[in-house]
Amino acid sequence: MFKNFKHEKIETNAGLLLVLTMLAVSIGGLVEIAPLFFLKDTTENVDGVRPYTPLESRGRDIYIREGCYTCHSQMIRPFRDEQLRYGHYSLAAESKYDHPFQWGSKRTGPDLARVGGKYSNEWHVQHLIKPKSMVPESVMPNYQWLQENKLDVSDIGGRLRALRMTGVPYSANDEEYQRNVKQFGEAVAKTLHIPDALESLVAQAQSGNFDGDRSSVSEMDAVVAYLQVLGTMVDFSKIKPEDLVKFR
Amino acid sequence: MSATSVAAVEQYDYEIIKKFSIMAIVWGVVGMSAGVFIASQLAWPWLNFDSPFLSFGRFRPVHTGAVIFGFGGSALFATSYYVVQRTCQTRLFAPGLATFTFWGWQAVIVLAALSYVTGFSQGREYAEMEWPIDLLILFVWVAYGAVFIGTLMQRKQPHIYVANWFYLSFILVTALLHTFNNLAVPVDLFSMKSYSLFSGAQDAMTQWWYGHNAVGFFLTAAFLGMMYYFVPKHAGRPVYSYRLSIVHFWALSFMYMWVGTHHLHWTALPDWASTLGATFSIMLLLPSWGGMINGIMTLSGAWDKLRTDPIMRFMIVALSFYGMSTFEGPLMSLKDVNALSHYTDWTVGHVHSGALGWVAMIAFGSLYHMIPKLWNTKIFSVRLINAHFWLATIGTLLYITAMWISGISQGLMWRAFDDFGNLQYSFVESVAAMHPFYAMRAIGGMFFLTGMVLMAINIFVTIRQGKRDAESAQARSAVAAA
Repeated sequence: MFKNFKHEKIETNAGLLLVLTMLAVSIGGLVEIAPLFFLKDTTENVDGVRPYTPLESRGRDIYIREGCYTCHSQMIRPFRDEQLRYGHYSLAAESKYDHPFQWGSKRTGPDLARVGGKYSNEWHVQHLIKPKSMVPESVMPNYQWLQENKLDVSDIGGRLRALRMTGVPYSANDEEYQRNVKQFGEAVAKTLHIPDALESLVAQAQSGNFDGDRSSVSEMDAVVAYLQVLGTMVDFSKIKPEDLVKFR
Repeated sequence: MSATSVAAVEQYDYEIIKKFSIMAIVWGVVGMSAGVFIASQLAWPWLNFDSPFLSFGRFRPVHTGAVIFGFGGSALFATSYYVVQRTCQTRLFAPGLATFTFWGWQAVIVLAALSYVTGFSQGREYAEMEWPIDLLILFVWVAYGAVFIGTLMQRKQPHIYVANWFYLSFILVTALLHTFNNLAVPVDLFSMKSYSLFSGAQDAMTQWWYGHNAVGFFLTAAFLGMMYYFVPKHAGRPVYSYRLSIVHFWALSFMYMWVGTHHLHWTALPDWASTLGATFSIMLLLPSWGGMINGIMTLSGAWDKLRTDPIMRFMIVALSFYGMSTFEGPLMSLKDVNALSHYTDWTVGHVHSGALGWVAMIAFGSLYHMIPKLWNTKIFSVRLINAHFWLATIGTLLYITAMWISGISQGLMWRAFDDFGNLQYSFVESVAAMHPFYAMRAIGGMFFLTGMVLMAINIFVTIRQGKRDAESAQARSAVAAA
């Protein structure tokens, strides 16, 4: 069959050229992407990873809006220097509720995967308003409008419902709420309940007092709440390194 | 002008090509200005002006969108419509649809830029457009596919010329990548905001399958289509090896689609996937260099043109940069090299040696060849082309040299330990050390942009002169008739 084959056959038949090209370009993606959805060891099973609270989730929206990923990664690699600088290497499980992922590709600024808890809220607020006031050599832009803008909470329910459709376990009814109580405990499950989202958001901003102003919820509240939770969900003192090796 | 070229103007549908050519140059100036602006922000951060609309994070996708999809995309629409008509010796199929692709595509670029500065982004590199713009792209792309394939089907030549294979694979793959990478759930029908359907490792894999093949097919395969038509045409020689072009096409189409995972080495993506990506990246060197050799050797017997013809020089230097970046790419896909180069400016330099050196230069060469033919005239100034060539070459070299130094320094500083086993540098020390190289990169960009502006002037005068020629010819024939 191949003996008599001439490439001319493809060159003179547009339909054949189209079909064969489509075939040639489809295989790579199929082999590399499809299995990731079926192989169980793509994402580790570790305790502690939970969906973002409504306030943190809005902070994440703003992180994406401002294009923070163009300069900051959120993916620590398993090297000694990165371990010392940023902490334990990132697990796939830690971004399993991240729609979209924000691993990034460039570190004009440092990695942020475990920035949560490293600096105080006050430091973050000062730094976001004027980075040079905290880090004189910084080339980061000033983000003073985060402090000035009130957080838009009008569509918080819609946002969480959209995330729920992608598979994040926010609860829309009592049955789902009970399932979350079982999986994450009652305190967390309450923050994931969509009908109470606005209440939970305001309560977290009030008690966290991220931007130092309790009178209203600003975009700064949301961003700092998000930054402060990054990388803090998994307690690595409870995980043996051997348990993770099989995933690599 | 000779009778044949006048006939060509009537034989083919040139109006749509003229529109896209002009917009390629407009978007080139706009997109490269945006590039110089954001490069300068990194060197001199006060240029962010404390404005949300101009801050680096929002403006960076304005640059990438305007150069990749505005400049590159418009140049591809223009040349593909030109090449497919001339090699199939037929007019465009469905010219109404072709006109829709023009207005639709320009709307996409403008809407995308406006949406980024006002704070709408999917947070996926080179796919930042939110879902309503994605849908518009999809419509435009289906129309583009219909026009291109329809034109192929009504060809008057039995053979489909090799340039068209590359354009075809670019159209098919872009449709495939765009569709799957932009699967998302909108907040509601009247909200611009959406959340991507996938998350974490699967989302990262899909994004870089898209991201690298946007480079592989939008910025490589399609521009190879340009190369396979305009290099032989301008040199007046046949393609060096017909067999090599067959191998080049199939190997490139098959292998490119595997290599995206090299953007995710050492991350939480499973090792098997990133190893596969590295393996195919290294194999990809062979078809890439096969194609480069095929292009450069097409000049054999006409090497003297390199001395006399700056358009030819653009094309050959483009192929040389193609060879250089397709060597650097496999090198950087090795896990040990990537451990150093990833997250640094080296990646940025690599992209630009491809984007400035290869993509932009082959596009410049092709546009300089094509535009005088479209308006049935001669280029206004060859000396200006020559000046453009040198500005572009020096600009590219300054840019990539700066990024090599800063990238490798960053990688080395981040992993340096002192005698006691502690990290030697804080992160911000590496930021401060980059300042001179960020300034040098911005200056390289300014060189490149200046060349682009010279091209815009040269082309503007050329078109005006073409229109005048046509008018006076018309007047003459009117007088003769009277």
